[in-house]
Amino acid sequence: MSQYLSWGRLPRVDQKAVHFNWRHQPLPQTAEFLLPYGLGRSYGDSCLNQDNMLVLTGGLNRLISFNQESGVLRCEAGVSLEQILEFAVPKGWFLPVTPGTKFVTVGGAIANDVHGKNHHGTGTFGRHILSFELLRSDGERLVCSPNSQTDLFRATVAGLGLTGLIVWVELQLLPVEGPGVEVENIKFANFDHFFEISKDSDRDYPYTVAWLDCVSAGSSLGRGIFMRGRHARSADRIKEPLKLPLTVPFDFPGWFLNKATVKAFNCFYYGKQRSEARKFRCHYNPFFYPLDAVANWNRIYGRRGLFQFQCVVPSSSDQRAIKTVLQAIVNSGRASFLAVVKEFGEIESPGLLSFPRPGVTLCLDFANQGQVSMRLIKDLEHLVRSLDGALYPAKDACMDPDSFRAFYPSWRRFAKFVDPRFSSSFWRRVNRESE
Amino acid sequence: MRKLLVLGATSTIVSEALKHFAASGDALFLVARDRAKLLVVRDDLLVRGASQVEVLELDLCDYSRQAWALEQAQAALGDIDHVIIGYGVLGDQPSAEREFEHARQIIDVNFCSVVSWLTRISNLFEESGAGVIAVIGSVAGDRGRAVNYVYGASKGALDIFLSGLRNRLAKKGVAVVTIKPGFVKTPMTAHLEQGALFAEAVVVGEGVFQSIVKKKDLVYLPWFWRYIMLLIKIIPESVFKRLRI
Repeated sequence: MSQYLSWGRLPRVDQKAVHFNWRHQPLPQTAEFLLPYGLGRSYGDSCLNQDNMLVLTGGLNRLISFNQESGVLRCEAGVSLEQILEFAVPKGWFLPVTPGTKFVTVGGAIANDVHGKNHHGTGTFGRHILSFELLRSDGERLVCSPNSQTDLFRATVAGLGLTGLIVWVELQLLPVEGPGVEVENIKFANFDHFFEISKDSDRDYPYTVAWLDCVSAGSSLGRGIFMRGRHARSADRIKEPLKLPLTVPFDFPGWFLNKATVKAFNCFYYGKQRSEARKFRCHYNPFFYPLDAVANWNRIYGRRGLFQFQCVVPSSSDQRAIKTVLQAIVNSGRASFLAVVKEFGEIESPGLLSFPRPGVTLCLDFANQGQVSMRLIKDLEHLVRSLDGALYPAKDACMDPDSFRAFYPSWRRFAKFVDPRFSSSFWRRVNRESE
Repeated sequence: MRKLLVLGATSTIVSEALKHFAASGDALFLVARDRAKLLVVRDDLLVRGASQVEVLELDLCDYSRQAWALEQAQAALGDIDHVIIGYGVLGDQPSAEREFEHARQIIDVNFCSVVSWLTRISNLFEESGAGVIAVIGSVAGDRGRAVNYVYGASKGALDIFLSGLRNRLAKKGVAVVTIKPGFVKTPMTAHLEQGALFAEAVVVGEGVFQSIVKKKDLVYLPWFWRYIMLLIKIIPESVFKRLRI
């Protein structure tokens, strides 16, 4: 029984695993299909390979070269974003795009074409990749970039590890003066207010996101706290946060997260900020990675794990689409307290299967309560489809093959680039009924 | 700036420790069997700030070339002041039980060849009256268990040799650091069932770095292994011989 799980801790599947520690070594010769596995922060089954083999890249974690003047870093694909930050921030360089956790590998960040709080100004992670080396099962090593092997580059970015193993990556870092961030948190009482603040923030704040209360209904529908930030100047003093070894050491019981406790948390969290708006300065960790402070926070969901749901729906002047989705979620009463919302920008995502596109994205967790949770997720999936939106494969454990094809119309073009010896549980699931 | 000779530089634990030395701007001479792997480690350390990194491909058990290798290191870096010995083989216990040749190999790699290196290095350092010698042992050397006593014996013998060496060199200004990791997630243990006691190589690597910089005598990594092994060692033989651990 393999101990390799996804972050949602479901599904639990049997699979083999082999380490890939040295960039010059060949891929294992096995009968099974292969799938690269970094730090396992995808939620559903896009990082799992039931009855087949995972290629573990944790040991592929060395730096290769760094240009202090230009901020161009070349490193092995198993290097984590955390390792990059630890190395580069003291030298005055930051990640150009970062997702909500730094515990993902560079390879994983490319394979899911991750996005961050600065999507509206900078686009996705894949836009900042200068080149990478892809190792295919026939032994070929191909250097891909936006200008060479372009089709393979566009298939591999957001390609979920299916086109081959990314061995090393060259990326462009962002210059910063120090580790600090200037933040402003603004309370908003309803969804319309969120959109006003969001529009107002684009000009001065590269980083924006909002925490959303997904339990309160009626006039409080869509209330939350808007968080906007920018890198601080080095002269500004910030306190280095305490490195407390916080961890959730064991699975919480299944009843821990229920409507009452979530409602209580949301009331506390919303109420905690007394003033309408609050400005402060902090280290980049609590702003970019609040959940990383608690190791294994996913254990709060108990042994059954969680479903993460992330959708994007088109914007409109009345924002009907996202409001419909939010209302459906609130009506279910099953949301957890972790929910964020953001407006994506217009910058085109480079991958054939990239998730970010213009519109509004909503991301939240549902504790796995069995059939009732699955039905809810299915209902939401069909709702998103009817609204011309999409779901994010990195978070998904359930989408139908038909939904996948609707969300990603370039899937057929993408399929041509899948390596014949690579596969994943996700890919087999969304191709189950293909001709 | 430290000048380190590293034997077994491509080992996971050692290469994690070396990242910290590199960040301090130290100079490194790396020795291991595989040149391609050495170059990968070298590139990483140079990016991280090592002032100089040289590599030498060598079978560490080739007794006839050890003196020459030491000369190469001195020629490349100048006077070496730190030595880290971190190579070893786990071997296969059932094979070692069936054929002495396999057992002899485990003992030769893990103990005899290391003694050969230590003999030369300790004489060198004793003469100069300074230096730090750090060797990666193992908790397996604290007591023999049916599942791996040949490996355990090689590491146990090393443990005793090192404490004697520490005794001899303490008055001469030379530090001898014995580092005993417990279970660590590395290629050496990849085939074993990994339980809660397995530590990350990154964490153990940092522990190795700290132990050397602080010139500790005997270190268990992570720290709790000291107490686990204390308990293991207290169990009387009449009881221990019946246990299946």
